Amino acid sequence: MRALKQHKGIVAPMDRSNVDTDMIIPKQFLKSIKRTGFGPNLFDELRYLDEGKPDQDSSQRPINPDFVLNQDRYKNASVLLARRNFGCGSSREHAPWALEDFGFRVIIAPSFADIFYNNCFKNGLLPIVLEEQIVDQLFQEAEAEEGYQLAIDLEAKTVTTPSGETFGFEVDDFRRHCLLNGLDDIGVTLEDAGVIKAYEASRRETAPWLFSADQNL
Amino acid sequence: MAGKTLYDKLWDDHLVKQRDDGSALIYIDRHLLHEVTSPQAFEGLRLAGRKPWRLDANLATPDHNVPTTDRARGVEGIVDPVSRIQVETLDKNCDEFGILEFKIKDQRQGIVHVIGPEQGATLPGMSIVCGDSHTSTHGAFGCLAHGIGTSEVEHVLATQCLVQQKMKNMLVKVNGKLGPGVTGKDVVLAIIGKIGTAGGTGHAIEFGGEAIRNLSMEARMTICNMSIEAGARVGMVAVDQTTIDYVKDRPFAPKGEMRNRAIEYWKTLHSDDDAVFDKVVELEGSEIMPQVSWGTSPEMVAGVGGHVPDPEAEADPIKREGIVRALKYMGLKPNMPITEIKLDRVFIGSCTNSRIEDLREAAAVVKGRKVSPLLKQAMVVPGSGLVKVQAEQEGLDRIFLEAGLEWRDPGCSMCLAMNADKLGQGEHCASTSNRNFEGRQGFGGRTHLVSPAMAAAAAINGHFVDVREMMN
Repeated sequence: MRALKQHKGIVAPMDRSNVDTDMIIPKQFLKSIKRTGFGPNLFDELRYLDEGKPDQDSSQRPINPDFVLNQDRYKNASVLLARRNFGCGSSREHAPWALEDFGFRVIIAPSFADIFYNNCFKNGLLPIVLEEQIVDQLFQEAEAEEGYQLAIDLEAKTVTTPSGETFGFEVDDFRRHCLLNGLDDIGVTLEDAGVIKAYEASRRETAPWLFSADQNL
Repeated sequence: MAGKTLYDKLWDDHLVKQRDDGSALIYIDRHLLHEVTSPQAFEGLRLAGRKPWRLDANLATPDHNVPTTDRARGVEGIVDPVSRIQVETLDKNCDEFGILEFKIKDQRQGIVHVIGPEQGATLPGMSIVCGDSHTSTHGAFGCLAHGIGTSEVEHVLATQCLVQQKMKNMLVKVNGKLGPGVTGKDVVLAIIGKIGTAGGTGHAIEFGGEAIRNLSMEARMTICNMSIEAGARVGMVAVDQTTIDYVKDRPFAPKGEMRNRAIEYWKTLHSDDDAVFDKVVELEGSEIMPQVSWGTSPEMVAGVGGHVPDPEAEADPIKREGIVRALKYMGLKPNMPITEIKLDRVFIGSCTNSRIEDLREAAAVVKGRKVSPLLKQAMVVPGSGLVKVQAEQEGLDRIFLEAGLEWRDPGCSMCLAMNADKLGQGEHCASTSNRNFEGRQGFGGRTHLVSPAMAAAAAINGHFVDVREMMN
């Protein structure tokens, strides 16, 4: 996984609440057995005017000029500014894969859905929760000023505006540690293989019915 | 010291290690897999040279991509080549790693959240995960069950554990009795309508109260299934005799002396009387009406006797904007009666409502009646091969077919339209599924979430009606 310590990038404001993962990446693209290549279909139904299909050349499709990511000033955005309950719905990790593949590294919103929030950290993507009032302010600033950028520092847990205004954010230590260092958390867990085996052995004693002797039921 | 909630007990029983940084390793008893969210996880295992930690904890089946007609040809019968590759990939991965899979031609195949309980692979007190947000379904058995992403699928395969932070406790209590014609689906839609799609975020919800205690396992599964639509990854119901009776004699369930031992433990799986919840919400069962969703988020629901809302009446500007957008997408006018919404298709199925009780409820409504000629299609998709067999033994297939509904083979089908079953642009569907998001059931499709009985009533009339008016 790609590490993220500091990041500075153009902010794309997506002014819509309850953005669900079906909207982030529609189901027809979940048929892929790969982890990459979802970027061209990020927000497919909002970005294009036609119905998207897998393995299509998206550069030839009619685009929706009103959609935020189709506007020239946001084409190179790497920070997504969003509204309440971003990422609700399906657990599909294809959603953070698509956001990351498009070029986003940070998403800022007043709240996120739990599964999506967790999936982001596994893919080098940092979701930041800021108060609704602050998010409102950032929306106004990003829409007012072309090329508006935010600087994010995960080490210091801060977001800084171009005028130098700084907002702190919370993130739990384990997720922060893994993202700062680009760690594979399976490797970290397997350092505790002995503890897992000991738990399993005691569980076999106390709840033996959870361990089937016969695999071919 | 205050007593423990059911969630506290399940958490403590699965805690492998509490780390200093606040995270914890939680042991996973049961891991369900399907074709959509597992291929990249198996590939990850292969690339890292890792093996599954414990084979007998895993159970796989293809469900999202499978066709619901022409199943005799198995995988070969999947017309879409991309879907076929995904199902074949699951087969190959399960064969290679030695994971038990109910393949497409196996009678035990079905939607993962239907076959787990059906097989007794879901047992009270288990921790259960699957790369699917509706894994919360299994919480109906007093399980700690929730959806995970593909990276976590790989993590569970490799370590039998997950890294978790403990959630907060929330109690949703439904008091009193439900009226006739009001089902588990109406209860959960009413709850989501009340607390909103983010109402349970960060919480594990326990559903309790007299109305929940009186429900069947099927209805409890429907309610826990849609916890995620209330923002909560985990939904639970305490174990009682209904739970214990349901799991008896199922293939994976313990038998004889082992069952007695298990029951002793299962009976402890309820919140203590003095347990403290971080949040409590109460509803009166008698006030819950049959529900219909009118918008593009599961919180956008109304009683069948109600009206589509007027955005002008909403004070919160973000919510108002959401209503305006939803009405435009749905092609509905403010203040119109719910019963005036005309339908193009009806879908009875999905992990929310495709179990035998759901099919019985729908059949009771359509029996001796005919599907409205205004509809293009009305279909019934049983949740598993075994549900299908049981329904046919009870004659439900004949009732549906005689009324003019299609009787299909099991799978996720039109709930998310990854197979050939989908809505056309602008079409309205009365659906027993769980999500009414834009495009969910097909590009430009318009979903209305309802109970199986309400979907059946809508099929007969071509528009929504209060199913209670059709009951004897």
